[in-house]
Amino acid sequence: MAEKLHLELVTPYKKILSEEVDMVTATGSLGEFGVLPGHASFLTSLKIGELTYMQSGVVQHLALNWGYFEVANDKVSILVETAERADEIDLERARVALGRAEEALKKLSREDKDFIAQEAALQRALIRMQVAAKAARR
Amino acid sequence: MASLKNIRKRINSVKNTRQITKAMKMVAAAKLRRAQENVLAARPYAEKLAEVLQRLAGSGGEGVGPLVRKEKTEQAERALLIVVSSDRGLCGGFNANISKAAEAFLRENSTRFADISLVTIGRKSHEYLRSRASIRKNYSNILSTLNYQTAALIAQEIIEGFLADEYDAVYLLYNAFKSVLSQTITLKQLLPIQPPEGAEEEFHPEAIYEPSREELLTELFPKNIEVQLFHAMLESVASEHGARMTAMDSATKNANEMIGKLTLQYNRARQAAITTELMEIISGAESIKG
Repeated sequence: MAEKLHLELVTPYKKILSEEVDMVTATGSLGEFGVLPGHASFLTSLKIGELTYMQSGVVQHLALNWGYFEVANDKVSILVETAERADEIDLERARVALGRAEEALKKLSREDKDFIAQEAALQRALIRMQVAAKAARR
Repeated sequence: MASLKNIRKRINSVKNTRQITKAMKMVAAAKLRRAQENVLAARPYAEKLAEVLQRLAGSGGEGVGPLVRKEKTEQAERALLIVVSSDRGLCGGFNANISKAAEAFLRENSTRFADISLVTIGRKSHEYLRSRASIRKNYSNILSTLNYQTAALIAQEIIEGFLADEYDAVYLLYNAFKSVLSQTITLKQLLPIQPPEGAEEEFHPEAIYEPSREELLTELFPKNIEVQLFHAMLESVASEHGARMTAMDSATKNANEMIGKLTLQYNRARQAAITTELMEIISGAESIKG
């Protein structure tokens, strides 16, 4: 059994990661999960959330927009619309986006078409801030 | 023989044109490099998605959603053709070729489909096809600042129309990027989705799906269409710059040739003028002597 997982993270614009890692955790549509080498074949959709992976003892964080996560034969393929490394996140912009989304949500009712979009924006901003905070703590 | 002044004027105007075509060639080359990078960078995502989809659809079972409607027994009646061209001209036969191909498609399939409507991406094919076919919708000026969201929105609109039973089949026509010098016009069927051929051999009966296989498939199929459209647009943009670069390169070459010819003509005319002048002076001097 392989000792490592091969992690590939791609977005429509470019390949972001292609590395050997020890462990991956992400937020699936049914909740957070972790993957270790030797995992059974697995495919899930991802929610807006955080991706962490451990590479020789060092934990890395990324903020993901929604997408898909597949494990097959110790190969992890992640397809997402956007992904940002912790150090790429513009904290100021995330804060502004958070404020804007909060404002918009206060005005909108749950049935509004825009509600879901704003909620997603809110989540994205929150995740970005969370990931950035984790990176800063290290 | 044209006067010296006229020839000089011509030379200057051709030189100016050459300057422009040269500059356009350089710009196209720079843009081409970027567009090419974009195509290459987008490839892993498209490939991965196709791979995942193949594995998912290949692992047997039915229930793959309304987008994979089995081939209707009666004729498919209404088709939608998406034509990807460019917003700007001066790129050789790029737009003419794709518009002609669209026309050919309309002609060839006129018996198969009772009605074919078009969605054009890019101003040029819209201008050409507008009087020749029924255009459903035109998207202009999106190619220079192309991003995934735009492509996704267009794809979603198209899928919605399909689900609302406005048309029974969707085709995509675009210039695929082969190399700087060659673009091939490619026709692809987007909808109904043809189940991926040659189902994966390795079967994953133990595979875990969250939320469920059906739900994933119904999400992934539209996604794949978005990606295909995005990819086609990226390739078309790269092809456009490639075509423009070659066109401008040959225009520059033609200008050089023309300048050469005109210069020769100019020098000859100048020489002839000098000779006549000399003759006049000599004959004048002769007549005084005599």
